[in-house]
Amino acid sequence: MTVDQVPLSAPLDIGFDYTRSLGPTLTRFATALAGRRVLGARGGDGRVHVPPPEYDPVTGKALTELVEVASSGTVTSWCAQPEPLAGQPLEHPFCWAFVLLDGADTPLLHAVDAPVLRTGARVRIRWAVERGNGIRDIACFEPGEEEPAAQDGAAAEADEVAMITTPVHLSYMHTASPEESRYLRGLAEGRLLGQRCPACEKVYIPPRGACPTDGVPTETEVELPDRGIVTTFCVVNVPFLGQRIPPPYVAAYILLDGADIAFLHLVLGCPPDQVRMGMRVEAAWRPREQWGTTLENIDHFRPTGEPDAPYETYARHL
Amino acid sequence: MGRERAAVLGVGQTHHRARRTDVSMGGLCREAVDRALADAGLDLADIDAVVLGKAPDLFEGVMMPELALADAVGAAGKPLLRVHTAGSVGGSTGNVAASLVHGGEHARVLAVAFEKQSESNAMWALSISPPFHMPVGAGAGGYFAPHVRSYIRRSGAPEHVGAIVAVKDRRNGARNPYAHLRQPDITLESVRASAMLWDPIRYDETCPSSDGACAVVLGDERAARGRDAAWIHATAMRTEPTTFAGRDQVNPRAGREAAAALWRAAGITDPLSEVDVAEIYVPFSWFEPMWLENLGFTAEGQGWKLTEAGETEIGGRLPVNPSGGVLSSNPIGASGLLRFAEAAMQVMGRAGEHQVDGARRAVGHAYGGGSQYFSMWLVGAEKP
Repeated sequence: MTVDQVPLSAPLDIGFDYTRSLGPTLTRFATALAGRRVLGARGGDGRVHVPPPEYDPVTGKALTELVEVASSGTVTSWCAQPEPLAGQPLEHPFCWAFVLLDGADTPLLHAVDAPVLRTGARVRIRWAVERGNGIRDIACFEPGEEEPAAQDGAAAEADEVAMITTPVHLSYMHTASPEESRYLRGLAEGRLLGQRCPACEKVYIPPRGACPTDGVPTETEVELPDRGIVTTFCVVNVPFLGQRIPPPYVAAYILLDGADIAFLHLVLGCPPDQVRMGMRVEAAWRPREQWGTTLENIDHFRPTGEPDAPYETYARHL
Repeated sequence: MGRERAAVLGVGQTHHRARRTDVSMGGLCREAVDRALADAGLDLADIDAVVLGKAPDLFEGVMMPELALADAVGAAGKPLLRVHTAGSVGGSTGNVAASLVHGGEHARVLAVAFEKQSESNAMWALSISPPFHMPVGAGAGGYFAPHVRSYIRRSGAPEHVGAIVAVKDRRNGARNPYAHLRQPDITLESVRASAMLWDPIRYDETCPSSDGACAVVLGDERAARGRDAAWIHATAMRTEPTTFAGRDQVNPRAGREAAAALWRAAGITDPLSEVDVAEIYVPFSWFEPMWLENLGFTAEGQGWKLTEAGETEIGGRLPVNPSGGVLSSNPIGASGLLRFAEAAMQVMGRAGEHQVDGARRAVGHAYGGGSQYFSMWLVGAEKP
C-alpha cells in the first residue's frame, strides 16, 4: 500500500421528484398546452413572448394579457445534437432550435425531430401523448406546417394545470482524496489510520492531507485503536425520506483514544436512554468477509462497560 | 471611515406557509419585493442593483435560480448578484447589499431572499450520504442536536429552558400576521409533551418548513433624506471550517469574532444594555441561549438565565425574536434576511403588534452550515 495508489471512487446517485407550483400566468400557459393550444404573453411594448414570462422582461411589471399563437413557426437558429443524452426529448439524432411561432415575437427553445435543419425552416408541434406536464406536453417539433384538421377534437378544455412534477437526477462519481483513500484501504484491513499534524500535533481521522488549522501537509501516519468515547450524541427518532438506518438510533460523535477529532457513528448495545456523554465504547466490526473500503465496516460502537471518561477530558472536543 | 452611510428604506415579506402553491418561485419573490417597494415608497425603476440570496440549490432543484428569477426581482438591465452562505444566506444578502451602498457603488439596492421548501424536501437534501461514510446524518436537527446536548452539559442549564424559548417565540409569532406558525395557546406543558424528534430536541422546539420570501430596500444618505429609515450602524460576517480539532461547536469562534467586530464598529461596549431588540437565528429553541452567549449579550454559560428569567420576552430587558423568529417561520434562504428586516422594522416603529416600545437599536443575526457562517447587522433609528 503506497500513497500513490489511485484514489478510491464510487458512484453517488441522487434524485428527487421536485414539484413546481406555476402561479397564475404559467398555470394558464400549462393548462392551454394540455388543451393543445399555445399561449404567449403580450409585453408592455406590444411584443408577444412565448413561453409567457410572469414579469415583463423590460419593465418588470406582471404580465396578464395572454394571447394564443400558432403551433407552427420558423426556425431562427439551431444546433445539432448528433448523440442524444439520457433524458433528452428524442433518443435519435435531433436538433435544438429557436422556433418563432407564428404570432409570437420571441422564439421558443425546443427540440426538432430532424438530424439537421436550416435557419428559416418551417416546423410544427408534435404533441406528447401524455398531457398536463407543462412544456413537456410538446414532445418536440417536426418539419412541416400546422395541419389544423389533424388537431381537431384535441383542443378540448383541459383540467387546470397549476402544478407540475420535475424529476431531477444527478449521477456523480465521488472521489476520495489520496489520504482518505489510504484510510479507507486501511479500513478494508480492519485498521484505523489517521495522520498527525507536524505543527499542532493533532491527530486527524479521517486524515485530511493538510491540517485545517496550520495548513501544512500531514504525513505522519498514526494507527488508532478501535475504542474511545462518546463525546456527545443525539437520538434520532424521526423517520425521513432516504433514511438508511431505521429509527430510533443513536448518532454519536466518537473520539477514538489518541485522536483529536471525533467522527459520527452509530451506538448500539444498550438502550438509547442509557447512552451518556463520556461513555467508553468499542467498535463492533462486521464479519470480515463483508469488509470494503468504508467506515461501514464498523457496524456500530458498543459500550465497553469501563467507567465513563471525566467531563474535563473531553470538554474541549465539544 | 470614508464610507457612505446606508439605511433600510423599506422591508417586505410574504405570508409564510407550509405550501404556497398559489405562486411560483418568482411570484413568491415578487410578493415580498412589491411590499418592500411599497414600504419604501419606490418603484422597481428606482432600484440600481439587486442581490438575491438562496440556500442550497438542492432544496428546490434549480441550478442558479437567480437567472430564471431576474425578471421577477426586477433585475433586467441591472447588476444582479447571488449570495450563498447556506442558512445564513439571508443575512449575508443584506450585508452584501449594504456593502454596495456603503462603498458608494449604488444609491438604492434591493436585497431579496427566498425558499420554497414545499417544492422539495430539505430533510432529504441535507441527509445525502456520500460513499464511504456512515449514513447517520439526519437533517439539520440531527446535526445540531448533539451540540445542543453539549451546551446543556457545559452550561448546566435546566432542561426546560428550550421549552421556554419555544413558548415565547410561538406566542410572539401569533402577533405577527406573516408568521407561518401562530400558536397563542402553546404552553410549557404542551411543548414538553411534544414528540422527541432528535433527543434532546422536541417537535415543538423545531422550526417549521416554510415557503416564503423577504425583500429589503437599502439606500444611501441622499435616498434616505426625509424618510423614516433604519440606519445601518455596523455589519459583520465571519466564517470557519465545519470541522477541525478543538473546534468549539457550542460557541463557535467565527460567531464570537463577528459579534465582537459588530459591537466594536457600532461603538457598543455593553450590548445587553445598549441594544433594544435582537432578531437572532434560532431554528431550534436552545440556540437562543447559545447565541446570546456567542453574541456576547451574556458571559459564557449565562445565556439561559436571561431566557429563564423572562428577559427575552417582549417587555423584557432584551426582547429576542418578537416576530416569532425562525421557530415560527422558516423559509430557509429568507430566514436570515427576515431577521435583518425585522430588526429594521423595530427601529422604524413598523413592527405592528410585535413592536417593542422605544426600540432605537436592534441587531439582526443569521448563521448557517454547521454553525460556520455568521452574518449580522446592527440598525438604529439615529444616523450612525
